Amino acid sequence: MTGLLWLVPALPLASAIALLLLRLPRPVAATFGAGSVGLAALVALLASISFSSSGETAYELTLWTWMSIGTFNPGITLHLDALSMVMMGVITGVGFLIHLYSTEYMAHDDGMQRFFAYMNLFVASMLLLVLGDNLLLLYLGWEGVGLCSYLLIGFWYQDSANGAAAQKAFIVTRIGDAAMALGLFLLFAELGTLDIDTLLARATEMWQPGNGTAIAAAALLLSGAVGKSAQVPLQTWLPDAMAGPTPVSALIHAATMVTAGVYLIARMHPIYELAPPVMTAVALAGAATLLIAGISALGQSDMKRVLAYSTISQIGYMFLALGVGAWSAAVFHLMTHAFFKALLFLAAGAVMLRLHHETDIFKMGGLRKKLPAAFWSMLIGGSALASLPLVTAGFYSKDVILLEAWQNGSPNIGGTWLWLAGLIGALLTALYTFRMIFIAFFGEAKQDAQPGTEHSWRVLIPLGVLAVLSIIGGFIHLPLESVLPGAPGEHHGTTATILKLIAGVTSLAGIGLAWLMFGRGEQTQSDSAIARFARSGCGFDWLYDRLLVRPVVAIARLNRDDILDGVFTIIAWGNTALHRGLSATQTGNLRWYASAIAGGVIILFALAQVL
Amino acid sequence: MQIADIPLEHSLLLAAVLFALGLLGVLLRRNLIFVLINIEIMLNAAGLAFVAAGARWGGADGQIMFILILTVAAANVSVGLALVLQMYRFVRGLDIDKLNQLSG
Amino acid sequence: MLLTALILIPLIGGVLAAFTGEGRAPRWISAGALTLDLIICLYFWFAGGETFAVQGQGAWLAYQSAEWIPRFGITWALGLDGLSLLMIILTCALGLAGIAASWKEIEERVAFFHFNLMWSLAGVIGVFLALDLFLFFFFWEVMLVPMYFLIGIWGHENRIYAAIKFFLFTQASGLLMLVSILALVFVYQGATGEFSFDYFDLLGTEVAGPLAMWLMLGFFIAFAVKLPAVPVHSWLPDAHTAAPTAGSIILAAILLKTGAYGLLRFALPLFPEASLNFAPIAMTLGVVSIIYGALLAFVQTDIKRLIACTSISHLGFVLLGIYAWNIWALQGAVMQMVAHGVSTGALFLLAGALQHRLHTRDMRSMGGLAARAPKLAGLGMFFAIASLGMPGTGNFVGEFLALLGAWQVSYGLTAVAALGLIGAAIYSLVMIQRSFHGPAPESLQLLDFDKRELGVMGLLAIAIIWLGIYPQPVFDMATPALEGLQAVVGGASP
Repeated sequence: MTGLLWLVPALPLASAIALLLLRLPRPVAATFGAGSVGLAALVALLASISFSSSGETAYELTLWTWMSIGTFNPGITLHLDALSMVMMGVITGVGFLIHLYSTEYMAHDDGMQRFFAYMNLFVASMLLLVLGDNLLLLYLGWEGVGLCSYLLIGFWYQDSANGAAAQKAFIVTRIGDAAMALGLFLLFAELGTLDIDTLLARATEMWQPGNGTAIAAAALLLSGAVGKSAQVPLQTWLPDAMAGPTPVSALIHAATMVTAGVYLIARMHPIYELAPPVMTAVALAGAATLLIAGISALGQSDMKRVLAYSTISQIGYMFLALGVGAWSAAVFHLMTHAFFKALLFLAAGAVMLRLHHETDIFKMGGLRKKLPAAFWSMLIGGSALASLPLVTAGFYSKDVILLEAWQNGSPNIGGTWLWLAGLIGALLTALYTFRMIFIAFFGEAKQDAQPGTEHSWRVLIPLGVLAVLSIIGGFIHLPLESVLPGAPGEHHGTTATILKLIAGVTSLAGIGLAWLMFGRGEQTQSDSAIARFARSGCGFDWLYDRLLVRPVVAIARLNRDDILDGVFTIIAWGNTALHRGLSATQTGNLRWYASAIAGGVIILFALAQVL
Repeated sequence: MQIADIPLEHSLLLAAVLFALGLLGVLLRRNLIFVLINIEIMLNAAGLAFVAAGARWGGADGQIMFILILTVAAANVSVGLALVLQMYRFVRGLDIDKLNQLSG
Repeated sequence: MLLTALILIPLIGGVLAAFTGEGRAPRWISAGALTLDLIICLYFWFAGGETFAVQGQGAWLAYQSAEWIPRFGITWALGLDGLSLLMIILTCALGLAGIAASWKEIEERVAFFHFNLMWSLAGVIGVFLALDLFLFFFFWEVMLVPMYFLIGIWGHENRIYAAIKFFLFTQASGLLMLVSILALVFVYQGATGEFSFDYFDLLGTEVAGPLAMWLMLGFFIAFAVKLPAVPVHSWLPDAHTAAPTAGSIILAAILLKTGAYGLLRFALPLFPEASLNFAPIAMTLGVVSIIYGALLAFVQTDIKRLIACTSISHLGFVLLGIYAWNIWALQGAVMQMVAHGVSTGALFLLAGALQHRLHTRDMRSMGGLAARAPKLAGLGMFFAIASLGMPGTGNFVGEFLALLGAWQVSYGLTAVAALGLIGAAIYSLVMIQRSFHGPAPESLQLLDFDKRELGVMGLLAIAIIWLGIYPQPVFDMATPALEGLQAVVGGASP
């Protein structure tokens, strides 16, 4: 069955092409859109089962040679191992649920066919990203998901604000991508291949830990990861990306694409092990991001923006895990996060469906009774996000990260500090999550839910499945040992127990604090300076706008008519002036000409005499 | 007294004076007839210089050149007068300053 | 003989088109002539395969040589290798696209229009085939004059200014090249006692160091103007903006490539050492072009001018790749030439279609076109995204390889050039946003693409995807030619 692996990306790709080119009736388009991903999930499941039972560590399927120039021979080759299997499962599984949900969410949108085309294209690109056996194919998927993200953020293109958000997302991530491309050049120049396995083997062979080239390569790849995964300092695009339809936010900007950076670093982890300073940078970026995003999330009033910042913050945890070398803990959290964050977004979407696409939590209130499905989904997802002890998946995955941070630390930086950052982050997470839930779902109702049909099974099933996964996901054992060293095992011992206890108490304290602050009162948005600072995402947008955007635009505007052209304009002007002067001597007057001849002759004679 | 007795400088001086007078006439007169006459004077000044130089070196070349100049001058006059007639028809006058359509 | 036929067919087609009145006939004749050329090219592509060396140089698919002006050693020498074949196929394909683009746009003096189009293309094909420097220069001028008429007669607002600017830039730089050619021939004559303009004779000519640098500069400037490289690029936005659609397509997709081709075929092999010494400067110019073109592009309000400025940026990658002079960079440069031809040609076709429908090129009065003309906007977005170098399109392959090769030579320059990737994203997205997205003005009425336009754009789209995911046939075709060129340069330098 593993031979059918190519079908996994091919099915959504074929469906995307069909949806783009043909004009299909709406039900057919929806069936194509969701069905292709469902089939892909099925094939992925079968391929995974037969791969797991084969006992091999990796399976490769070469479709064709992409290009072959000298020693540069990247192929269109799919590579299946435990890591890509987990990713593939998340993408197709969660992807299918979100597609199913979308068939209802987008049912009355004019652009439904286009929506499913882009979504399927996204799934195909994302699958290529995780299945690519060489960095170039990975890069193809990498840019492909960026493109789909752009197209879907700006899906409702008639509103210029959506277009601006889409542009911002693409351009900001492209900054990271350009650096990542440089990383690819560097790796190829030094190691002579882009094939990931060969490359990693050669790297460990040729480079000692701390090698300058390894550090440069790791740092350049990290730039790409930081851009894609919305980490400090390239995190500013993700909150704006919420302009897209909610299923897009769930699939692309929560569950899959934004975690591509985590996947990249985990995939390339031997290089990072050779570059201790970059490991520290990864850990620091993660720690800084999870704190900054946590603070920002507290200031938001838009439900989707709260979730966006929480995504940034949770990916910060994954980066923290990567930075301390807890590779599989990062991937574990990636998976559980995909479950509960998708659930949260879909729940938010379910609320929006019934509230005329209202997203401001201060205009909701009291939704608990009116929208029980959304409420319970939100509560379960929120608990997992806040890592409510023992019963949620988020607790287990986050706990491992904190534990490993404490134990390992990162080069040059003590584990205690990273652990502390993570702990404060956990408190913030619990606080902002339940702030959102309390304000939106408790208290008095401020808005009537749209009367009409209840949510159909196409909404309820994804919510239910994801809710179950958000609870039991913590007990899934990922078979990552073959790819990533130090798979998450049970951590025993007094220290581990104490740390677990502290983490549990912290998240409970956060929830309690949220109840105290927002449980009953607080019906309006605070407008203090701190609140505004938090709402603006800690001022990064403002800073970049002043520092980068405006100067570049100003320079370009100044040069709109091309200053260099001025050089040629001056040459042309000089010639024209010369021409005017000379043609002024052509008076057409015969006596003037004769005088000129006479004068000229006299001057010539005089010159002859003198010389 | 023979022509050879006259110093070459004198005849060249005379030719130069004649030429200069002719040139001045060309430059200053506006009537096309007078311009033509002045051109004839300049031609003859050149001819005089040829004859004088030919006499000085005792060769026939100078006189041959003078005959050539005479014929050229005759052609000159015939074409020139034809143009004068044409011009008179065009601009109703002989003022050459009116003929400045070729200005740049 | 087939090589001469490649040139003669469009020449004769042009003459025929000129005398068949103002109806459909000139269009069909021109299209037929180019199709015939394309078939000959495809014959070479599929039937050729075996390459041979001429005088120990290169890997040719076909070669012919006849005496022309023996007294000065001028011959009618034509040669076809993989590089020329790719370029000629591009010429014919985009020439056909140009004819299709002017099918409804050109209503006046149709016959003369197609005469100029055909003769310009014949000149281009001649440039790609000529292996005699005199002949090369001859064709170089042949392609220029009809182009001048195309811009000057059928162009838009500023056409006379643009046409003269285009002509002067090309002519002045061509003069420098002529001087260089003559000087090279005299050097050859000094060494051997005979005149020869033959490419292979001149290849091995030893030119003293400083002189070689000057002569190389003569060639370089001529080709850099055509390419165009900053700072001699400024004719291009004007010419492209003013030209009729077919003119823009041919200028961007084909004429610019003659500059790159000239560098590959003549400037570097004829003066290998001087070129290697000059390479850092040329690469820097390439990088400057990439950045400068991108900066220039994204603030334009005229959609055609924006596309024109992106050409400067894209061809910067070509210049960078050529002077990096390793096989990756060269393949990247060639691929970028082909892909840029297709994608920019398509974008100009689109801009022409927009202008024909809206009577404006100003993006400030567009917006929301996606709602009114989804097919047009969809294809427009596709090519805009191709032009930003999205993987899966030929543009990505070209840019990536050019940068990959350039990295081996200078990572500093490559790092700066990579900023161009960001710039490309900015100008492409800005174009999409301003013209296709946003609210649609109520008054705006727009006909969507008809079948003819859809067909042309669809074929170009398929081509660009094919180049992106399976570019190997193009590489295989170009490899022997590029290795031959590398051997020439490698042989001369220690």
